[in-house]
This record gives sequence, C-alpha cells and structure tokens, in this order.
Amino acid sequence: MASTPALPFHFRSSLVLAARQFPRNRAATVGFVILLAICLAAAFAPWVAPYDPIQIKLSMKLKPPSLEHLMGTDHFGRDIFSRMLYGGRTSLSVGLLVVGFAFILGVPLGLASGYFGGKVDNFMMRLVDAFLTFPPLLLAVALVGLLGPDIQNVMLALGLVQAPILARMVRGSTLAVREDVYVTAARALGASPVRIVLSHLLRNMVSPIVVQLTVVFSAAVVAEASLSFLGFGTQPPEPSWGRDMSEARRFLSDAPWMFMAPTSIIAVCVLSINFMGDGLRDALDPRAWRTRRSVGTDA
Amino acid sequence: MSLLQVRNLRTRFATDRGTVNAVNGVSFDLAEGEILGLVGESGSGKSVTALSIMRLVPEPPGHITADSLSFDGRELLALSEAQMREERGSSMAMVFQDPMRSLNPVLTIGRQILEVLHRHQKLDGAAAKRRAIELLETVGIPLAETRLKAYPHQFSGGMRQRVMIAIALSCNPRLLIADEATTALDVTIQAQIIDLVKRLTRDRGTSVIWISHDLGVVAGLCDRVNVMYAGNIVESGPIRELFHRPSHGYTLGLMGSTPRLDGTGGRRLTPIEGMPPSLIDPIPLCPFLPRCRVSVAACQERRPERREFGAGHWATCLADLAS
Amino acid sequence: MSTLLDVEDLEVHFGRQDAPGTIKAVNGLSFSVERGQTLGLVGESGCGKSTTGYAILQLIKPTSGRVLFDGTDLCKLDRRELRRMRRKLQIIFQDAHASLNPRMPIGDLVGEALDIHRLFRGGARRQRIRELLDMVGLSSQLAERYPHELSGGQAQRVAICRALAVEPELIVCDEPVSALDVSIQAQIVNLLQDLQEQLGLTYIFISHDLSVVRHISDRVAVMYLGKIVEMAGKDEIYAAPAHPYTKSLMSAVPVPDPDIEAQRQRVILKGDLPNPADPPSGCRFRTRCPIATDECATIDPPQHPLGNGHWAKCIHLKDA
Repeated sequence: MASTPALPFHFRSSLVLAARQFPRNRAATVGFVILLAICLAAAFAPWVAPYDPIQIKLSMKLKPPSLEHLMGTDHFGRDIFSRMLYGGRTSLSVGLLVVGFAFILGVPLGLASGYFGGKVDNFMMRLVDAFLTFPPLLLAVALVGLLGPDIQNVMLALGLVQAPILARMVRGSTLAVREDVYVTAARALGASPVRIVLSHLLRNMVSPIVVQLTVVFSAAVVAEASLSFLGFGTQPPEPSWGRDMSEARRFLSDAPWMFMAPTSIIAVCVLSINFMGDGLRDALDPRAWRTRRSVGTDA
Repeated sequence: MSLLQVRNLRTRFATDRGTVNAVNGVSFDLAEGEILGLVGESGSGKSVTALSIMRLVPEPPGHITADSLSFDGRELLALSEAQMREERGSSMAMVFQDPMRSLNPVLTIGRQILEVLHRHQKLDGAAAKRRAIELLETVGIPLAETRLKAYPHQFSGGMRQRVMIAIALSCNPRLLIADEATTALDVTIQAQIIDLVKRLTRDRGTSVIWISHDLGVVAGLCDRVNVMYAGNIVESGPIRELFHRPSHGYTLGLMGSTPRLDGTGGRRLTPIEGMPPSLIDPIPLCPFLPRCRVSVAACQERRPERREFGAGHWATCLADLAS
Repeated sequence: MSTLLDVEDLEVHFGRQDAPGTIKAVNGLSFSVERGQTLGLVGESGCGKSTTGYAILQLIKPTSGRVLFDGTDLCKLDRRELRRMRRKLQIIFQDAHASLNPRMPIGDLVGEALDIHRLFRGGARRQRIRELLDMVGLSSQLAERYPHELSGGQAQRVAICRALAVEPELIVCDEPVSALDVSIQAQIVNLLQDLQEQLGLTYIFISHDLSVVRHISDRVAVMYLGKIVEMAGKDEIYAAPAHPYTKSLMSAVPVPDPDIEAQRQRVILKGDLPNPADPPSGCRFRTRCPIATDECATIDPPQHPLGNGHWAKCIHLKDA
C-alpha cells in the first residue's frame, strides 16, 4: 500500500495528535475553561472588579452576599468579590511561578541524578535530604526572612522548597524508566544522552510529573496564605486568597461567606488543575486514547 | 470408556467491544490413561477450553454452555461451586505455564503441599509429611525431606514446576490438565518434565490434556491431538495419522511454519500469512479461509463439516490434502 | 570471505571484582563471525548468551577482552566514537513491544534512527521511512500508529525496520522470535533471511530454540555457564555433536514427527544449572555430565579441534 499516493501519508507530530485528544476528555476541558476564566478575570481585575478591593467602608461591614456585593463584604466593608479578583493575581501567579520554578529546578536535577547515578546522584540526593529535613513552611519562612518579606521572595522560597521534592520523585521515575528496553534500544542506535533524556526518559515520566505539579500548585497557594498570615507574603491591605482565608477564620460564625469565598475559589482552582492534569496525562499517553483505530492485517 | 466427554462446548466473554466467542462449539472425548494434545496459537481457545472444563473461567464476564460436559459420568456444569471445588482438588488438577506465580512466595514448599493434603485428603501430621516427601520423590526432587523447608525462590523454574505437578498429583487425580506447562522451561528441563508425565500415565493411568503450541512436544508425548483455531477444533486424530497426513489447511500451515531440528524442512519456512481473525464477529465460513493456502472454490460458499480421513481422524476442511 | 567480527577473551563479570559472589556471566569467550554469515548462539537460560550480545555492542561494558569489528576494537572507543560506530551494529530484542518507546508513533521511531545519524533530511526522510517500512512488509499507514496498536509480529517488524534505518552491517538478534506464535515466527525468520540476502547483513542470532537456530545459522556456538563448549558449522553440530552437553541438548529438543520421537534416545540431564556465582571447578558441566570423571574437576578443558572448524571443550574427546 506504500505506493498508493491517494492515501495521505503524513507525520503529524505526536504533540499535534495529543492536542487533538485533550478536548475529548470532558472533565479536563471543563477544568481548562474554568481555570482560563479565573485567570482572565484576575488578569483583567481592574476592569472586571466592581469595587476597589482595599476601599474601607465600615457602614457596609460583614454584609452577606447580595446583588450589590456578589460575595458579600468583609469586616472592613470591602467587597469580597473584588478582593477575590485582585487576590487571584497574587495567588495564581504565586502558584504558577512556583510550579514553573520547581519544574525548572527539580526536573533537571532529578533527571541528572537518576540518569548519571554514582557520585553525582549521591551528592544531589544528600543535598535534597538536607532540604527535606526542615519542615517546608519553616524553611520558606527562613528563606523569606533572609531575603526580605516581599512577594517575589515568597515565590522564590516556595519554589526552593518544592523543587527538591520534585527532584526526588523525578529521580525515582528516571531510575525505573532508565531500565526499560526502549532506552537500551535508543542507546544501541547511538542516541546522545540529551536525546535519551528528552525524548525517551522525560516523555515517559510525564504522568507522575504532571500529577506532582498539580500538588505543588495547591501547596503553593496554601503556603502563600500561611506566609502572608505570618506577615511575610502579601502585606495588608493587599488582597490574597490565602491571607483573606486566614483572616476570615475569626468571623467564621458571624460571616461564613467571608471564609467560603476564598476556600471555594482555591478548591475550584485546585480541582480544575487536577482535572486538567489528568487530561494532560491521558492526552500525552497514546495508550489511553479513546479512539479505536483498526490495525492493518499484515502481521 | 471415556473419562471426559465434551459436547458442543461454548465459552463466551462479554467485553465493551462485543461478545468474544473464545470457544466455539468444541466436542471431544478423553479416554482413561490417554494423553490428549491441544495444539494452537495464542487466541485459539485452547486454554479457555481447559479452564472451562475445570470451570475456572470467571463468570461473569465469562459464560460457559455445553450440550454435555461430563466427567466420570457426572455433568460438571450441573455441579454447585462447592461440589466443583471438591472435584478440582481430588479428581481433576491443573498445572499452569508460570510456576513462579503459582506458588505463594512467603510459605515453604512443605507448607503448601501439606495444606492441599489436609484440605482434600484429611491427612495430617506424620502421615501427611510422609506423603509429601513421597510426592516430591515421585516428581524427581532429590533430598525431598530438606526441600520441604525451602521457600519457592530457592527453587529453579524446573523444580518449581515439579512442585506444582507434585501438588496437582497429591490427590491422585484422574485427569491432569497441563497448560503450556513446559513453555517457560529450558529444553533439558522440559525433557525431564515430559519424561515424568509419561511415567505418571503409565504407572497410574492418569489421563492428561496437554496444551501446547509446540508440535514437537506433542509429537513425542501425546496419543491423540486436537488442533484448534479461532475457538474451534479444526482437526483431530491419532498422533501418527495427524502428523503424517495433516488434513486441514491450518495444520499444514503450522507444520510448514515450524523449523525442525533435523533440518528436513529445507532452507525456507512456509509461514501462514496474515493474522488470526477477530473472535467477536465470526465469519460464517471456515475461520482459517483468509489465511489458507490450499482453499478451494467451495470454501467461499459454506462452512465445512467434519470429514473423516481415517480411523478417528477428522478435519473440518474442504480441500483434499491427501495427495 | 572476510571476518567482520572478532571476539577475543571476552569477560563480563557482575558484582565486585574478585570478591566472593562475583558472577562471571561471560567467561573467556573467543569467536569470530564472517561477513554475511549468521552465527547462532544457543544455550539455556543463564548461560550468558544475551550478555554476550550486549557486551559485543558495548551496551554492557566488558570486564576485559577485545571486540574487533572490522579491525576496530570497540572496547577502546571513546563515547563519541562509539556512538558513531553504533550505526554499523544494531540489535533487535525478544520483547519487541518493550523495545519501542510507547509514546512515539512508528514514523517517529524509525525517523529517530535517521535523525541520530543525520541521514535523510526533510522530504527525503519521509520517503526513506516509507521505503524502510515497505522493506519489512509494513504499510506506511502505520507511521502514525503507536506501538500498543500493533501485534507482536508487527512490532518486531518495526524494530527490525528501525535497526535497518541506520544501514548496519551486523545485527545482534536477541531471541527475536521466541515470544511469537509459530506462524508469525516463520514470517519473521523468513524476513530476516530475505534481508540478509538483499543487504548482505551479518547476524548473531541468540536463541534457546535449537530448531530455529539450526534453520537460520551458518555456524553455531553452544554456551554453558558463560563459556562456549562447542562450536561448529550447523550441519556438523547437529549431525555429530561432540560435547556431552550439546548431545543432551540436541536429544532434548522435540522433533515434530511421532515416528522419530518414538525412536529417539533422550539423554536426560540430572539436576539443574549450578549457581553461576559459584561454578564447579574444572569443567563447568561436570556436575550434570553423564560421562564425568574425577579428572574433570581439576582440568579446565581446552578447545579440542575436530576438524573443519569444529571444536569442543571436553577432555574425553578422541582425536578426529
């Protein structure tokens, strides 16, 4: 059949094929759309938000949700909906940047450690162990204390805390995948270490990495809250989901909506990211594709 | 007198993609002390046939029907699960391909044999131990007494398979089903096991169903062979008849595909082209037709019936291969 | 005929050097393979035949010895030189599916081999992949399929196709048909033979199946516990096996003919393979050998020539 020109013969790259798979997963698509909407709303907060998020109006304090204030108001009479929109800018960028930072630092470290093994591995893993002996939040507090209380430093610190965890996981996966026959096959073909790592090892470790990154995102959003609460991250009156959530605890019985708003937004974000992560994992794994294509009859 | 009588056995599996007709109307007899070979490739239904006889097919998704499945005069399909369990331990036994996974790694060999002896023969204490040692010696494991205290990982593959056979024999079964029992073993070890099975049928009159894809093993061991393809028996006959006068296109194809140690096959093998058919939508014609090299015009019209080619030798093939 | 591969005193040890428990998986192997020929390497599990294949390709670093490929000692090449050299030596594995990256479509799998050695770029690359798939009897429509969508036979064809992409001279076939059904096995064996004829390939065919090895090989080496115990042309070794191990191995292989089977005398070996970490002294086969004597425990048998390039390592052999 190779000589039949009528049959299309193209190599769509596996990424294109994967991209076509993603929308087939309904939960992942919904997750993606929700997350996109939240990101856009946060990005365009000055245009979307009905009120100034830090404008105090004590006459309006602790009002339940109404048409005027979609999510109610807080103990200073500030509009919670607007605060959520502005707070999303902080929280989402912390989450995403920490994920990015952990990825850029953790994945190469883990890959190198697992692939080269020996002394490199020993050294790196002892370093990781050293990092992991500290409670993560304490470490982040120490780092922020050292660098100065500022949102950039919070991101840096949280990234530094998360990277070793990711590195350790990537190393484990590398050790497992490295022994697969197709990696030996690639070596036998004369593939360079860079090629082996990128197109064989990394490609087959997508699932655990994606799962771990969704965990990192959630952890970062929550950690930012804790740091802000301790006075390191966002400084009042600047809004942030995490910090608003911690503040709302004091009014849990009087104004539960104050607490509900940030928690549910964080929950929705984390859930969306998880669905997206699942979808991404499946889209990148041809074995999970739903389409059944018949295979030619030649053995 | 036949020990096992199978009439129109059908085993289906419900899957998301449709009903898989794994065994598609299989009928045969097994006499006392007979070694029957069941030959075919993966997906031919030979293992499912054996599992159906033992009623080890999980139901659902599986579903077994038969006009008759009688063992020693009793209808197996009419027995309750508890009665069947009793049957499986005492009068019929099965040995599988993978002796690594058939034994529990955290229990000693002795413990595992004694457990079976206790459950089915109510043997305990010194009597059971004596019997266990005797069994291990029967299957050719030296130093049986000390080996009882060993764990499976301390045994090689061949030894483990022998332990499995010892466990299968522990209750003097009348029927032993071996499903690719030597496939995972080295040839020298395979020779030992085959030797053992031959000795067992000779000394105890055990009937054996030997499932294998290896025509050579079957040629050396069995009295009769059923060749299976796509859930059907396509040819059946006494061993010499079948090997000397293969009468089905598939049997012929199998023989042409098999390289021979004595080098009489020539420099080229004659493979069977193509791949086995789907078991979901069986075609109403001969299932082997798309791959057959010897098909005749009539093959396009009807599904072949059994044709006799000699005493107890038949095939469902319309072509005349005798010449 | 010229020698393509010359293996001299190849040793592969696992575990710490000279410490107790070191496994000498390959122990002083020497043999050569002529260009365009097939050397069959047979033996039972644990005899070191696959390790030998890996060591020739430097996928496992040999402990010592030389692997001369066309005059170049592969063991002495640095990494970069070795990677370039790999174009000439390829391997196909027993588990074809496992040897194909599950996340790469077939076209990419074959294309990667071209990319690594910068062969055929752009449009020519696509054309070449089509040609290669055609050469192993696969439709180019499979290019977009993924390994899990293939049958065992198709997957092995893809693996062969990928190996051929770099235009190798030698292919190590590590049990390439053992996992396949007989009818598919025959298809692959025929394909390997056809390709050898067309492209002048040299094969090292590793298998535990003596029937297949006899069918495909020109010369056969029988291995036992890390050593070659006998080597000869395929017809000699099957007609007149000299080493007691070869004899018992041959006698154990069933032949699909009931009359022949009924008359055959089997040499049933006693017991199992000894622990490779603690092999017997002298001749390694002596613990299972039907003709072993006290002497066998003290003398490591040398090669005993039997004429016509046939030799065996047993002290009980009479001169030919």
